[in-house]
Amino acid sequence: MKRLDSKLGALASLPMLAVLTIAFIAPLGLVALFSIMPEKVFSIFNVPNFAAYKTFATQGYYRSLLWTLGMAFVATTILFVICWPLAYGMAKVFKRFTLVITIAVVMSLFVSENIRLFGWVLTLMKGGLFEGYLRHWTGLSFESPLYNVGIIVFGIVYVYLPFMLFPLAQGISMVPEDARQAARDLGATRWQVLTQIDLPLAAPGIMVGYLLTFVLAAGAMAEAKILGGRAVIVIADDIQTAFTYGQNWSLGAALSMVLILLIGTLAIFGIAKIDLDKIMGRG
Amino acid sequence: MGPSRTTRIALYVYGIAIIAFLYLPLVSVTFASISKARYLSFPIRRYSTGWFTDALASREVHMLAITSLKIAVIVTILSVIIAFFGALAFARYQWRYRSLFQKLVLLPIFFPQTVLGLALLMWFNSLGIIPSWKTAIVAHLVWIAPIATLIVAIRAYSFDPALEEAARDMGATTTVVLREITLPLLMPGLVAAGLFAFLLSWGNFPLSLFTTGADSTLPEWLYAKMVSGYSPLVPTLGILSVIASFLLVLVAITGFWLYRALRPQN
Repeated sequence: MKRLDSKLGALASLPMLAVLTIAFIAPLGLVALFSIMPEKVFSIFNVPNFAAYKTFATQGYYRSLLWTLGMAFVATTILFVICWPLAYGMAKVFKRFTLVITIAVVMSLFVSENIRLFGWVLTLMKGGLFEGYLRHWTGLSFESPLYNVGIIVFGIVYVYLPFMLFPLAQGISMVPEDARQAARDLGATRWQVLTQIDLPLAAPGIMVGYLLTFVLAAGAMAEAKILGGRAVIVIADDIQTAFTYGQNWSLGAALSMVLILLIGTLAIFGIAKIDLDKIMGRG
Repeated sequence: MGPSRTTRIALYVYGIAIIAFLYLPLVSVTFASISKARYLSFPIRRYSTGWFTDALASREVHMLAITSLKIAVIVTILSVIIAFFGALAFARYQWRYRSLFQKLVLLPIFFPQTVLGLALLMWFNSLGIIPSWKTAIVAHLVWIAPIATLIVAIRAYSFDPALEEAARDMGATTTVVLREITLPLLMPGLVAAGLFAFLLSWGNFPLSLFTTGADSTLPEWLYAKMVSGYSPLVPTLGILSVIASFLLVLVAITGFWLYRALRPQN
């Protein structure tokens, strides 16, 4: 049985491996190669150099990178605080309502993110849903909160909420009720239960939520473009510009490599910590 | 003893508030889609369904919908096939590189889609392939096939390998076991994966943006109009696309419910 299993396993993985090799690993290899080509060339048959990385370091592109990572980090932390109570409710308090929330949140993922962000523009703009009706009913008005750094963070929080919520709920559901009860019986305050029982025992879920959200937010572009009106240029936007308008593939590739290495390290670190068999099925 | 009554009520209210927060922008889009004015401004003075008629009659919109649909249907079929085998390698068979395979499958999901789209654009260019809706299928597959695999894998974890072994002991070949035992057992997972694959492909924007070449999908067109040259058709088409997705989910859930209700009890 064992021999058959190992043969079938290898065979069954082939279609997926074929797709990933042809359309994921190979293109990334090409990006890596292009990143060490001289600037403004369109083939990999040139003498390699690190000019593109030098441009990254000297032309202020690191500023986009820092902004991107900073906003991603702030948004992720806000998401953690927002999602924790709901995740707790889903894991421990709600019964059927958990299913309702799960379906509602998953359904929202099926709506193209640019439609949802556009909806926020309509909601928040001057003469939008909020300001328009406020002015109509009370005569008061406020400046549109669009087109600045804060609204980009808001957009990231909005779009990536599910990616924090579900891992957190999964993490909290792994905290045994007995442990919390015992702590309460021994006189622990709510705060002590939270910091000494809930947070440490839900740590795997918290970590996955943090990493997943951070990684996705670091590669995000639509929030900055649609809501932020390019108040801040994010790194993904720089990459796109270099590849398209800039016609500078080496620079685009080098910027991609910096982002990929950063995100890849975090993602691989996070993924390596997850025991998929335990989370998804039999432990 | 669980949390107090007040805490429970507060949590329910909080849950409803979060859902409202998630759907509020769609409320604005819906209002905008039935506003009569060419340049939108709230409060809306006159309502009209004229933009819907315009959108449904427009040839350009038909083209966009057909391109999106072609991509989504093919991505769905291919994803389900890949996910069927992928999930078995992921969850069912104990083989040497299973853990490595699991991690490899997760990587594209964590990967920034914009960068993946651009990398694929460069890759296609270097291979001399001109991007079109067909190359977008490949791009969507890289991201959607792993997600479909995870969904089928959840199902694959829960079934008892003894069923397959029994069939094999009675002389069934591997192909027969796959067709007669494994496939029916995984069916609910495959249907769910297909539904996810279709909807995620239909709504995808960052991958399509760089890989469709001269063709354009609905989300791409909407984005182009959002950033330059607003058209009153944007909210209308946006909401139509959302309605189409939700109808599909509704049909799927009803179908599932009917199947459960009408299935002969044994």
